[in-house]
Amino acid sequence: MWHFNDEQKSLQKTCREFAAKEIAPKAEHHDQHETFNIEAFKKLGDLGLLGITADPEYGGAGLGALEATIVMEELGRACASTTLSYLAHSILCVNNLDKNGSPEQKAKYLPKLISGEWIGCMGMSEPDQGSDAVGMKTKAEKKGDHYEINGSKMWITNAQYAQVVYLYTRTGKEKKALTTFLVDKGTPGFSVSKSIHKMGMRASPTGELSFQNVKVPISARVGQEGDSIYHMMKNLDLERITIAGISLGIAAACLDQCVKYAQERKQFGVAIGNFQLIQKMVAEMSAETAMMRHFLYSACQEYDSGSKDRLLATQVKLALPKMATKIALDAIQLHGGYGYSREFPLERFMRDAKLMEIGAGTNEVMILILAKQLLKECLVNL
Amino acid sequence: MENSFVIQELVKQIDRLGKEVIWPAAIEADEEEKFDRKLFSQLGEIGLLGMVGAEEYGGSNLNYSDYVSVLERLAYYSLPYAVTASVSIMVQKMIEDAGSEAQKKQYLEKLISGEMIGSFALSESHSGSDAAALKTTAKKVSGGFELQGSKMWITSGGLSGVYVVMARTGEKEISAFLVPDGAPGFTLGKKEKKMGWKLSPTRELIFQNCFVSETQLLGKVGEGFKLALSALNKGRVTIGAVAVGLSQMALDLSLAFSKERKQFNTLLNQFQGIQFMLADMATETYAARALVMQAAQALGNPQSSLSQKNASALTALCSMAKLKATDVGMQVTTDAVQIHGGVGYTSEYHVERLMRDAKALQIVEGTNQIQRMVIARNL
Ligand SMILES: Cc1cc2nc3c(=O)[nH]c(=O)nc-3n(C[C@H](O)[C@H](O)[C@H](O)COP(=O)(O)OP(=O)(O)OC[C@H]3O[C@@H](n4cnc5c(N)ncnc54)[C@H](O)[C@@H]3O)c2cc1C
Ligand SMILES: Cc1cc2nc3c(=O)[nH]c(=O)nc-3n(C[C@H](O)[C@H](O)[C@H](O)COP(=O)(O)OP(=O)(O)OC[C@H]3O[C@@H](n4cnc5c(N)ncnc54)[C@H](O)[C@@H]3O)c2cc1C
Repeated sequence: MWHFNDEQKSLQKTCREFAAKEIAPKAEHHDQHETFNIEAFKKLGDLGLLGITADPEYGGAGLGALEATIVMEELGRACASTTLSYLAHSILCVNNLDKNGSPEQKAKYLPKLISGEWIGCMGMSEPDQGSDAVGMKTKAEKKGDHYEINGSKMWITNAQYAQVVYLYTRTGKEKKALTTFLVDKGTPGFSVSKSIHKMGMRASPTGELSFQNVKVPISARVGQEGDSIYHMMKNLDLERITIAGISLGIAAACLDQCVKYAQERKQFGVAIGNFQLIQKMVAEMSAETAMMRHFLYSACQEYDSGSKDRLLATQVKLALPKMATKIALDAIQLHGGYGYSREFPLERFMRDAKLMEIGAGTNEVMILILAKQLLKECLVNL
Repeated sequence: MENSFVIQELVKQIDRLGKEVIWPAAIEADEEEKFDRKLFSQLGEIGLLGMVGAEEYGGSNLNYSDYVSVLERLAYYSLPYAVTASVSIMVQKMIEDAGSEAQKKQYLEKLISGEMIGSFALSESHSGSDAAALKTTAKKVSGGFELQGSKMWITSGGLSGVYVVMARTGEKEISAFLVPDGAPGFTLGKKEKKMGWKLSPTRELIFQNCFVSETQLLGKVGEGFKLALSALNKGRVTIGAVAVGLSQMALDLSLAFSKERKQFNTLLNQFQGIQFMLADMATETYAARALVMQAAQALGNPQSSLSQKNASALTALCSMAKLKATDVGMQVTTDAVQIHGGVGYTSEYHVERLMRDAKALQIVEGTNQIQRMVIARNL
């Protein structure tokens, strides 16, 4: 399909086999019980995937967006929610720390995060600040040799399991005065809520973090005070590209299941694949999945080439999740009553797919970002 | 005039039950798959279940258009309860239309009062869209019939007092039977785990040498499939109606949410992106309602004997109502989740449940592909 090099092909194969063996068989169980497949997560550490983009000096694989996306797609085919937790850890926490942290911070956290001994999370969204994350209210105030953090973060993937939070905070009145800290689990004043009940992504724990006079040393600060807005945007680009990989994984899995089912299931004396309405669904699904794949991989290549073009990641994030939701809805439809039943994975694929239209910036926010770029000559009030 | 008063009263009662009983329990009922049997009886007490039933048995013999407008309101608060009611009423109407006096006496009063629930058992594991390929057999034995086989996806399985079971009485012959709960040789199979409609049990029915007496044959031998199809015609309009109720709730929740939630110091309903979504949701919901109403009005006039051409037109209209309203239901509930953002993805804010519930509507009582076939065939 895509011109992968040998290393990428072997990565793809490893991930596909691992997902089929360790993730897929337990996906339904974890979805139903809203539990986290921590065993598989730890094994991803043994495979060297938890630091896929991180510096080899700290145990990372030193690979790019393309390789990270291959992992997302392959794991996403089996269980999107386990993959979301993997993404929150390896991209939102590990990659961001690897790209922006000091050597001391990296030495302290990365080996353990990359081996799977520790799990990480990233805190940006808040109860009142989702799309307008830059307007965040969680505050960090400098007090002598430390900072004091107050506020709360909402929707944090891996919250309950995380040893460390890659935390964005406000350090000044100006809207863009944002600063990042690494906050360890167990720091006095820092607590985590119970897991939030969700429509999908149920095997990925989501929680609220609360900070009450949490003292962290200056050495916990990532980068300089007030410079986080710049790395946040760069981080978000990779986050958006890779999360679209989960959408691709879902679409690919739906297509596989539909191709199989359309040839097996008989009604009116023939396999349903004989009906033009079924042919249309399968054909469109295959065209859309191919479009998703090619668009996404070319965006990855662009990103890996160091391009400064921010539009591509945004376009990817706008286009792919919507397609995946539609494909998953059609996949249920193609399976009839069986599609609605939890004995088949289609309904789970659909519930999971919807998240990508909301998380890492909603569809509407992608439109906003693209419009700001494309129409900047005419925009007033910005 | 009189009718409209009755309807208003019924809607008031549904609103009361909806606000006091159904909505507050909705999240838990979904999570724990809990059907409130008492509530269903209350639907009988207030007169919903007998709206289109015969007066002799406690019904009020109203028009289909009155019925679907009230059913829509019930679906506004709970799609699964509205579906349970609509299926039970479909069974009630089949008995009223084709049943013997004794059968009517035995079942109608109970179905109308809500003391009993009815199920419609057509689908099987290998025959869904191609329902006529069903394999369950009914062999003539002395004094009655013996059923062999199994049914799948049966709404209210395990709750119902009576099941209309379509079974093969000959190579090319399907007949309908009224199988009471507890009939010897009739057992319940597995309960389906589903994406939505969780409080409504969907079950497999198993018949092993299940004896039903001659008196339980509904209509004549060989009439079963025709009865089922004509029941489905009406059923499809009610599925359309419940889809409209569901959409209306999704719309109302989204309107309310977008009036309260701010981002970028601006209420969501001030963004054009959200306004247009809301406008489309409302337009589509209203359009679907109009089409469902048109179909219901056409149904509500059985006296004016339809010519062959009109019968086709009616069949097409019923399918159009089902197709359009359920596709709208899916789109509107999906948009409702989107408008709610992260909270829309949690069970706490209801819209994700509405979206899960919506999907089944595009599958049941003839998938939307089958509706398109029916429409094309009847144009
Ligand atoms: C399962 C899950 C996991 C998540 N994981 C993480 C995580 O690990 N870390 C983290 O920081 N966050 C995480 N998030 C948060 C996620 O990024 C936010 O939910 C998302 O950014 C949307 O914010 P919100 O939920 O507050 O919605 P809102 O911002 O309140 O949006 C509500 C609606 O308004 C629309 N809207 C907002 N502004 C505009 C506008 N200007 N114009 C038009 N429409 C607009 C939105 O598109 C949406 O439809 C997660 C969320 C979920 C559900
Ligand atoms: C929640 C729920 C409740 C239900 N309740 C009841 C009930 O109370 N009683 C009852 O009898 N049944 C019930 N059903 C069953 C329902 O009616 C069937 O699921 C439905 O008819 C589809 O049949 P199937 O699932 O076997 O799908 P199939 O018929 O196998 O269809 C598979 C796919 O093929 C398509 N297809 C089939 N034939 C054609 C064709 N000729 N042209 C184009 N496309 C075609 C379908 O649209 C679908 O996309 C229920 C189902 C569900 C999910």
